[in-house]
Amino acid sequence: MATALAPEHKPKIENATAGERLSRHMPILIILVLALLGLLAIGSPVTWLTLTVAGLAMGMMIFIMASGLTIVFGLMDVINFGHGAFISVGAFVGVSVLALMASLTHSSALAANLLAVGVAVLAAMAATAIMGYVFERFIILPVYGQHLKQILTTMGGLIIVEQLIYVFWGPNQLYAPKPEALRGAIVIAGAAIEKYRLLAVVVGLILFAAMSYVMAKTRVGLMVRAGVENPEMVEALGYRIKRLFVLVFMAGSALAGLGGVMWGLYQEVITAEIGSQVMIMVFIVVIIGGLGSVGGCFAGALMVGLLANYTAFLAPKLALVSNIALMVAILMWRPMGMYPVVKAK
Amino acid sequence: MLALISNDRPRSIVLSILFVGILIGLAGAPFLFPGSRSLETAARIAVFIVLVASYDLMLGYSGIVSFAHTMFFGIGAYGVAIAAHALPPGFLTVTVGALGGIALSAVLAVVIGLLSLRVRAIFFAMITLAIASAFAVLVSQLSSMTGGEDGLNYAIPHALTPAFKLIDGRVFGIRLDGKVMNYYLVFTVSLALFLIMLRIVNSPFGSVLKAIRENDFRAEAIGYRVVIYRTAVTSISAAIAAAAGALYAVWLRYVGPDTALSMEIMIDVLLMVVIGGMGTMYGAVIGATVFVLAQNYLQALMGTVAGALSGVPILPNLFNPDRWLLWLGLLFVLSVYFFPTGVVGRLRRDD
Repeated sequence: MATALAPEHKPKIENATAGERLSRHMPILIILVLALLGLLAIGSPVTWLTLTVAGLAMGMMIFIMASGLTIVFGLMDVINFGHGAFISVGAFVGVSVLALMASLTHSSALAANLLAVGVAVLAAMAATAIMGYVFERFIILPVYGQHLKQILTTMGGLIIVEQLIYVFWGPNQLYAPKPEALRGAIVIAGAAIEKYRLLAVVVGLILFAAMSYVMAKTRVGLMVRAGVENPEMVEALGYRIKRLFVLVFMAGSALAGLGGVMWGLYQEVITAEIGSQVMIMVFIVVIIGGLGSVGGCFAGALMVGLLANYTAFLAPKLALVSNIALMVAILMWRPMGMYPVVKAK
Repeated sequence: MLALISNDRPRSIVLSILFVGILIGLAGAPFLFPGSRSLETAARIAVFIVLVASYDLMLGYSGIVSFAHTMFFGIGAYGVAIAAHALPPGFLTVTVGALGGIALSAVLAVVIGLLSLRVRAIFFAMITLAIASAFAVLVSQLSSMTGGEDGLNYAIPHALTPAFKLIDGRVFGIRLDGKVMNYYLVFTVSLALFLIMLRIVNSPFGSVLKAIRENDFRAEAIGYRVVIYRTAVTSISAAIAAAAGALYAVWLRYVGPDTALSMEIMIDVLLMVVIGGMGTMYGAVIGATVFVLAQNYLQALMGTVAGALSGVPILPNLFNPDRWLLWLGLLFVLSVYFFPTGVVGRLRRDD
């Protein structure tokens, strides 16, 4: 009898075709191809190595700033045009705190410098997380679900915060000198590589790994992923998604603060508009990555960083335009971005 | 008379009085408010009414948020500037430059629209922001053509310069020189463009736009191609913004990144639309007038307050005339919450 219950035909399990499997990893391939094309166009491997590390560092910093924005959108359909304000505030708080620890930053010991930067980063992240809470309550909460008003109020929030930075820090730009041991470059395989860029790459990689771990292995990550896919279902199962969202929003803001400190030290001169300026690249990254996708955001950030540095070397005038061209090309290929987030709605 | 405003009446006594007042004020500005500074203000109001109304075509009537509106304004302005810089001065040169700018804007808007309006409206906001910033950088880098950060100075037709006299002597105590002619050119074209836009929003095309704004899915189901309509309105709006830019370029005789391309103008336009009232052409009139007047008046007031508070820490900074955007930003957010229909919607409801 038992045999009669089994289906007469053999179950057929279809493997993904080679093309499908390839298409899933396409973004990684594009990054490699981009790096290879860069090598061919530049010619000199030494210059190429310097530029590639610079591109990766820039990409990592953009990823740090963009990741919060993309998760917040994925979870709650909120696009925060005021994200740049958190970057600016992070940079200002971080640099101000760093300036207070002159004895640590002026010492040439790497450990002391890293400690100072770490404290500055923590202060900036705490400040932007608190600010994120306030922002969420007063700017975003009243207009949940209304995209048009959201864009307007978050833009208004950006204006207010930028102006408040001027009120508290004065109208002049601030100098953000790097700590002693993080200045200058080291030579690897004949290529001069700035130490600070290596630090940025390391921080970015750690963050990406930590984020992947949290999203894949922890309960909070599970709830976030479930929330991205179907928020109503998560609520129906008894979880307060709004509270989760506030936490994610604060975390995203804190990441913007971290990115702000890194970016501010990288630029060495900060103004209240530093955030809204870099937001252009952040938007390009989240769009080409696919709104709501962390992996897409990472791949997109690396692409933008590499391309920006290669073109800045090959054709300086086209650096920003090249990113627009990249965005246009990717949107023609995949209109929802490289890793589209499909909502179960 | 009603046909002229496409039967779209202000629908409120207070509003009607305000509009007639603004119209008379702008029409008679050289005579009612003599002095070059007030004429500058009047011309700025006229140009910004057109710019803000064209933005409202997208934001208020179609529910599309664009951050590239100043880019189109700038293309129009730079069209005139580059033509006037390269060709001999004359009305033909100005026309060629303006038409070139308008055509380029319309085409560029179609390309951006087809690329990004297909997917989601929210993409459009981000993509236009990115493209507009890249464009601003491009303009400042192509300095051989655009004058870079310094901008361009150029000659406009002789009949529009202060050296030109229409008639000898004075009319109502005012010399009818080319500056006054120039003002009336700006005023007439602005008025015509405004009436055209009023016609557009009250046409069947305008009704479809409003239907899409309210429920795009349903509009598509009824049989209107949403993408086509959205792209079309973006293109019309861009062309009119470019026309406003061309007018402003003729008026100022100078075009630079600060006057025609900066993100600040974009934010000003947003504030004007929201404060005046989204989704009504008349909101643009109120918004632009109030805002441009406030720009002159509020800053002076804040200067007085800051002076009075000079002993206190931080507080004087809060009232520094340069921080006036802070207060406008607050006003902006509050008006999005509490008066989403702006001054116009508020006055109509009370009527």
